[in-house]
Amino acid sequence: MYRATIIDFEQGCKCLEAGVSELKRILEEETSETRIDPKQYLELYTTIYNMCIQKHPHDHSQRLYNKYHDIVEHYAKKTVLPCVQQKHDEYLLRELSRRWDHYKVFVKWLSHFFNYLERFFIPQRNYPSLLEVAMKSFRNRVYLEVQVNAKDVVIALIDKEREGAQIDMELLKNVLDIFVQSGMGTIERYKEDFEMFLLEETESYYARKASRWIQECSCPEYMIKSEESLKKEKERVTHYLHSSTESKLVEIVQDILLVSVAKHLLEKEHSGCSALLRDDKTDDLSRMYRLYHPIPKGLEPVADAFRIYVAREGNALIKQAQDAAANGSLVEAQVLVGKIIDLHEKYMVYVMDCFKNHTLFHKALKEAFEVFCNKKVAGSSSAELVANFCDSLFKKSGNDKLSDEAMEATIDNVVKLLDYISDKDIFSEFYRKKLARRLLFDHHKVNKEHETSMITKLKRQQGGQYTSKMEGMVTDMQLAKEFQKGFKGSLTAKPGGIDLAVTVLNTGFWPSYKTSTDLNLPREMVECVEAFKSYYGTKTNQRKLRWLYSHGTCHVIGSFDPKPIELVLSTYQAVVLCLFNNTERLTYQEIIEQLNLSHEDLVRVLLSLSCAKYRILNKEPASKSISTTDVFEFNSKFTSTMRRIKVSIPPPPIDERKKVVEDVDQDRRYAIDACIVRIMKSRKVLPHQQLVSQCVEQLSRMFKPDIKMIKKRIEDLITRDYLKRDAKNHHIFNYVA
Amino acid sequence: MRRSSAASKKKSDSVTTDLFRSGSSKEMDRIDHLFNQYANTSSNLIDPEGVEQLCSNLEVSHTDIRILMLAWKMKAEKQGYFTQEEWRRGLKALRADTINKLKKALPELEKEVRRQTNFADFYAYAFRYCLTEEKQKSIDIETICQLLDIVMGSTFRAQVDYFVEYLKIQNDYKVINMDQWMGFYRFCNEISFPDMTEYNPELAWPLVLDSFVEWISEKQA
Repeated sequence: MYRATIIDFEQGCKCLEAGVSELKRILEEETSETRIDPKQYLELYTTIYNMCIQKHPHDHSQRLYNKYHDIVEHYAKKTVLPCVQQKHDEYLLRELSRRWDHYKVFVKWLSHFFNYLERFFIPQRNYPSLLEVAMKSFRNRVYLEVQVNAKDVVIALIDKEREGAQIDMELLKNVLDIFVQSGMGTIERYKEDFEMFLLEETESYYARKASRWIQECSCPEYMIKSEESLKKEKERVTHYLHSSTESKLVEIVQDILLVSVAKHLLEKEHSGCSALLRDDKTDDLSRMYRLYHPIPKGLEPVADAFRIYVAREGNALIKQAQDAAANGSLVEAQVLVGKIIDLHEKYMVYVMDCFKNHTLFHKALKEAFEVFCNKKVAGSSSAELVANFCDSLFKKSGNDKLSDEAMEATIDNVVKLLDYISDKDIFSEFYRKKLARRLLFDHHKVNKEHETSMITKLKRQQGGQYTSKMEGMVTDMQLAKEFQKGFKGSLTAKPGGIDLAVTVLNTGFWPSYKTSTDLNLPREMVECVEAFKSYYGTKTNQRKLRWLYSHGTCHVIGSFDPKPIELVLSTYQAVVLCLFNNTERLTYQEIIEQLNLSHEDLVRVLLSLSCAKYRILNKEPASKSISTTDVFEFNSKFTSTMRRIKVSIPPPPIDERKKVVEDVDQDRRYAIDACIVRIMKSRKVLPHQQLVSQCVEQLSRMFKPDIKMIKKRIEDLITRDYLKRDAKNHHIFNYVA
Repeated sequence: MRRSSAASKKKSDSVTTDLFRSGSSKEMDRIDHLFNQYANTSSNLIDPEGVEQLCSNLEVSHTDIRILMLAWKMKAEKQGYFTQEEWRRGLKALRADTINKLKKALPELEKEVRRQTNFADFYAYAFRYCLTEEKQKSIDIETICQLLDIVMGSTFRAQVDYFVEYLKIQNDYKVINMDQWMGFYRFCNEISFPDMTEYNPELAWPLVLDSFVEWISEKQA
């Protein structure tokens, strides 16, 4: 509507004030909808609009802006504040919330009226917006006056809720919104006037709880309560607190409930970490992991407790075996490795499930095993025990036999176990010796797949150099078989009338054996040896064969009076018996002179043939032991129900363990020497301690070197002019090129 | 006329040698004369018999450290023998051409050897002097014990006594090499005795000293 007249400021204000009063009245009535009569609204809007666009000096924009400010100030100071200040406790909050809602509506409508200012005048002058002005007034006139009381009431209510009471969450949300808004774009007011106090209160609240719970509750119970508390606090945030409070609240609760009592909690006598492990309480352990995982370094005490427990279990197994061995039972030692493997599997499950495959727990398990896996039982190192275990594993037959799957799983476990043993080179030596025996003496029982699987897995974990000799041994057996075929094919007739089979071993791969070329073979066997030698010479270039008759087997037909019987013998035994082809009786002296065997070997052979299960020879006198004056006679009366018998001969009593330790010691000395020279060659100058520590590190894959040995090798290398001491500082070494 | 510098140098060289022959050639003659008094005429060396005679004339025992010092001054190579060249070298350096002058020169010689800068060299020399076989690198325990007593006995009595006792009862070492020998010298100089607080077995001390220190600690406990 076009008005020809100018609106005077006072006139306009009157109209405005009428509208404002109307607005206030409507708000007080609190009808479901706050609406100004559209006509009145339009009139107000237009009035203000006109007052703004009027030409100077009737352009009242600035005065209107000020008027707006006065209106909101007045409303806040004279209406809102007194109403709120009259109330207390929850009523205070309710009133505050109510008045806040009113204020927002009030301001919204006012903004509609003064909309023209907002769109043109304010941006032009770069003044604070209408909303900002209103907020500022509310903050200054109302918020600052009541915030302390309000804050106290809110916190009291929160405490009540923590104790289990129901509270009006919407109310709190609304009230806290006032705190947030009063920050005028920053979160400062909320933080300083409310959050700070909340956090303080939370801390003392949970401190009280913690000290009570830790006394009264078992570890699982305490953890459940903690988990609950954390959950509740997080819910609290979503319900009515500002989101930025969550991380701070969680940190406080975690700190008070979990971190400060960690030691006490985990070590609780009947319900702490070790008890939970003992009783297989996977749920509780998973909870423990969940609770401590988000805390920085929180898992360390848990992993520690785990490690200590597993180490204790392992040590107990070791002690059991040691005690049994001391009492004469050696069975425990053999069973020990199996038990350790089982232990490992058991606790690996915990690591994977409850502890979610976390590296800290893998590490704890490893460290625990390294503690007890290197202890000796009855003089045998763990390396030896594991090698024995493998030997029995591969020799199993009949009912004891494992399925392929079970075998593979066990092999995997053994290889994993090896990782914990520090003397890996001792294991490899023992393993090799036993592998050699299996391949040579039980070759018909050997399961090639299993043997190769073990070697492949060892290779993957320890590297090719570790397993190269073992691989060589297995390959040798294969090559020997093929070569034998060729040999057989080349023969037109049986040399000496004997079926000969030769296995050629590569010296570098196999353990060292004493050769027995001094042995005087019977003529037929000599023909065999010569036949093979010449064939071998045609097939290979400049290789020397060393014959190990001590390791051979012979099948001999014994023509006894009752019936002929096939005898499965060692070559030594066969050679002795063959002497009796030419004569019925022989003295010990004659035998030893004709054969050129060592005394120890001959005694063993004669015992097996004359004093043991099968009496192939008769001995005079018929005592149980062999003396050099004995006389032997072919027992033509010998017989058995079977057509073929194996006459076993006990192996020579070598102290295998001593030899292995000696060999390994020697190898270690070379390895240390090589390592020192290698390090010094690259570094040229190095202080003693660093040289030693680098040496230890480089060799740790194979064994744990003795520091004294390293020192000794260094001194030896100085004498051999590989290194020398620095002239100025004799704790530093220089490489001598 | 100016002679060329090269020519004049040559000339001065010949002048020196002339001096050697003429001026102090008398001294050298006397030194040689003294040599011949002790030397074995067929080998032209002073052999152990001659050394004994020399010692008695000098009024020192032949196990006295001063004879060893004399050998050092001579840079004598073979234990128990002095060649003419070595004899000349030593006595000329000491400015001694008679037996009396030699006797008088001994205290001064001792002072010279005991100087910190020389003693380490002397100590090492003493070890090498005892290596009688070619390619020999170590000395047996008994000889070492004697040598220690001679060389270090007066300055480090306590250490020597303890170490000698240890060497005699232990079984790990049958011989001592140069590195271990020098290690003991450093030990005496750097480590206070008998508390040995500065000794750290994790450093590069020879292993024999580590064992030695351990043995002493056990004894004291």
